[in-house]
Amino acid sequence: MSSAAPTLPFSLAANPRLSSWIRFSSDGQVTVSPGKVEIGQGIVTALAQIAADELDVDIGRVRMVRATTAASPNEGVTSGSLSIQHSGRALRAACAEIRQIFLAAASDRLGVDTGALAVDDGTISGPGNVQTSYWELADDVSLDRDATPGVQPKPIAQRALAGHSAQRLDIPDKVFGQPRFIHDTALPGLLHGRVLRPENARAKLVRLNDEAARAVPGFVAIMRDGSFAGVVCETEAATEAALNALRKGATFADGETLPDENDLAAFLKSQPVESTVIDSRAATSPGKKASTLRRQYVRPYIAHASIAPSCAMAQWSGQDRVHVWTHSQGVYLLRNDLALVLKLPIENITVEHLEGAGCYGHNPADDVALDAVLLAKVACGKPVRVQWSRADEMTHGPFGAAMAIEIEADLDARGDIVEWRHSIWSNGHAARPGRGTKPTLLAGYELENPFPIAISGNPPQSNGGGGDRNAVPLYDFPAWKIESHRLLTMPVRTSALRTLGAQGNVFAIECFLDEIAAGLGEDAVAFRLRHLKDERAKDVVRAAAKRAGWKPAPKPGTGYGFGYSRYKNSGAYCAAVAEIEGDEEIRVRKLTLAVDVGEAINPDGVINQIEGGAIQATSWVLKERVRFDRARITSNSWTEYPILRFSEVPQVEVEVIQRSEIDPVGAGEAAHGPVTAAIANAVFDCLGVRVRTLPITRDSLIAAMGQT
Amino acid sequence: MPRIRFRLNGTPTEIDADPDSTLLDLLRGRLGLTGAHFGCGAGECGACRVLVGDHAVTSCDTPLWSIADKEITTLEGLGSAERAHPLQRAFIAEQAMQCGYCVSGILMSAAALLKQNPKPTETEVRSALDRNLCRCGSQNRIVRAVLRAANEAAST
Repeated sequence: MSSAAPTLPFSLAANPRLSSWIRFSSDGQVTVSPGKVEIGQGIVTALAQIAADELDVDIGRVRMVRATTAASPNEGVTSGSLSIQHSGRALRAACAEIRQIFLAAASDRLGVDTGALAVDDGTISGPGNVQTSYWELADDVSLDRDATPGVQPKPIAQRALAGHSAQRLDIPDKVFGQPRFIHDTALPGLLHGRVLRPENARAKLVRLNDEAARAVPGFVAIMRDGSFAGVVCETEAATEAALNALRKGATFADGETLPDENDLAAFLKSQPVESTVIDSRAATSPGKKASTLRRQYVRPYIAHASIAPSCAMAQWSGQDRVHVWTHSQGVYLLRNDLALVLKLPIENITVEHLEGAGCYGHNPADDVALDAVLLAKVACGKPVRVQWSRADEMTHGPFGAAMAIEIEADLDARGDIVEWRHSIWSNGHAARPGRGTKPTLLAGYELENPFPIAISGNPPQSNGGGGDRNAVPLYDFPAWKIESHRLLTMPVRTSALRTLGAQGNVFAIECFLDEIAAGLGEDAVAFRLRHLKDERAKDVVRAAAKRAGWKPAPKPGTGYGFGYSRYKNSGAYCAAVAEIEGDEEIRVRKLTLAVDVGEAINPDGVINQIEGGAIQATSWVLKERVRFDRARITSNSWTEYPILRFSEVPQVEVEVIQRSEIDPVGAGEAAHGPVTAAIANAVFDCLGVRVRTLPITRDSLIAAMGQT
Repeated sequence: MPRIRFRLNGTPTEIDADPDSTLLDLLRGRLGLTGAHFGCGAGECGACRVLVGDHAVTSCDTPLWSIADKEITTLEGLGSAERAHPLQRAFIAEQAMQCGYCVSGILMSAAALLKQNPKPTETEVRSALDRNLCRCGSQNRIVRAVLRAANEAAST
């Protein structure tokens, strides 16, 4: 029997040169250079653990390099909970091979068989106290060679770091106030820029009187190109003053008509769409339909609302070379779009990553990078730092797309599912830069010769899908049809936000199932277990139920709900139990989750991600909704777009099912769907009300009361 | 421009500045202290909190005239790697953040709380931090870290 030829992990196949990942320096350090970036998720530490483990060096010797188009492997975008899958597997394979290469070199030098050599913190030793080290051998061993498929990494039992909770490498700087964020990074001669953006959505700048702005002390230059206008000054305070002056002298006109925020479903279902059948399954022996249950679920537009406004720096050398510092999730992809806008070859643009605040998807990080590049054009070779205002951050960046989801189930006489139909109406969930022939950066739409506004698309199901993510049931229903209707108009700008469509779809599926189970008089957990075939799925469902003491005895004013999904149908398994208190308002008291990510490289990191996802999802469910009137986004501050506060945060317990033998997957997006559904189901348990329109607020509770 | 005198992280400081400009601008701009972060500019998120005397205030909407002769403590003045404040040690021990951008202000709110109430309950900690926003969902770890710091301070 022949087995398939071994292949390299995804990212290593794309970037096979070993030296692009790992270098040893003579001072006893290992430089690890992944293409994925830190966005507040702790990935850099997990990758350092993997590299240190495979090479047998102390993690203290590992120096992690920030991604840059000047040197790093091109790993596309840090998104989709794929960093451990992509970067982690690539590093593990590269380090395993590098360790073998060095063992062979040590064997030559020491005259000892490789099998008799051992590596301890980079020192390679053999019988009779002979020894050398990675660092001694570094000059003689070239890593400028391509990786070989099929090199076996260490057996699991020999991993000393992976699987343990190493302390995050970035945290000390952050508690001692040392500059680490792009916002805190000083460059010599740094100037400051601000961009003037309209209040009304996509309004055009028709007149600009800039006299007052030019009179501000510290003024350097104004940049105007069509509707794009910005100002550069010597200090941040001067730039703010000049921007205020510029705003007073600006006249905007036209703009986009926005939908009715109180009837998103009607809007979504009335637009021209591109319809796709995502999946269908025919019953082998069709059951007999006795009734049909049909429900509609709505999720609003959701803002990224990162605590830091987006920020970037740029510096031109001459007319045709520019260096950009950014907290974008994809330095190479951003470079592609900058090249399209600037009409420069990509080699003339260097894009370097610096940490920003927590990133939950395609936020304005890329937009502000183009802003900085355009403003730096008038700065005579000096670097310019541009930072968005809180209001622009909350109104001009892409949002998570609103969704209307209809599910219909044909039930047999007993109430069991015979056929299942799931339809989604939503804008696309992806308009990231760097993937098309036209740029998707905001300023590109504002120039005198503008690029057409990119209508968001959806990744294919093979990449997890977009609006349809997690729409295909994970249960063994006999027949189904899943359909996605992607809008071809986009009055409200949308792109990737954590989970794409999965939060909406899991909310709909898991709440609908709750109704069907209730109709059968069956317990929610028992019902799910009866319809799940995957043992790992059943394990997380059982683990969450057990840990939460499912189902606790009824208590007046308290409700319990359950939710489960496997993120993208191929990633992390997660089940959640919500305990809520409800009267006129809902308070989530406790969330109990079980998660299976395969091998948990850093279990505390996994818990942190799941816990963070659970709390963020609670905020989405109880509070969040982008607000607008017919002309402008009105939720432009924390008062207008409230998020969950410390006193409202539920207790969260997370159980990690460690499976060292299974390749790891990411944890960052696994909790949102199950938690959303669990809370909504708990609301029904508590109040007998099915809220099918998010967020679940006093208003939506009242609206749902009167409905079936 | 008028001269404003205050103490900054224990050091007497005099500066000529517009009295209506903000403390955050001064710290991050001319003084190059980036521990306090800009988040919203409206005193709503708390990322910019510093201590004025024993109180944590949002420096983004604190005018300079109001700090004359006051003692200002920023995150840099709270402690350092060599002489860490119990809160800083506890935040590391509990790995109490994801991105950490908000933590600069949260540490200052927590420091003010512990000055006024060295043995707070969990509810008191949550209430003291209620005007600091965290978007990554690290609140429970942060609360644990503050309680840990209080315990540590009480036992030494």
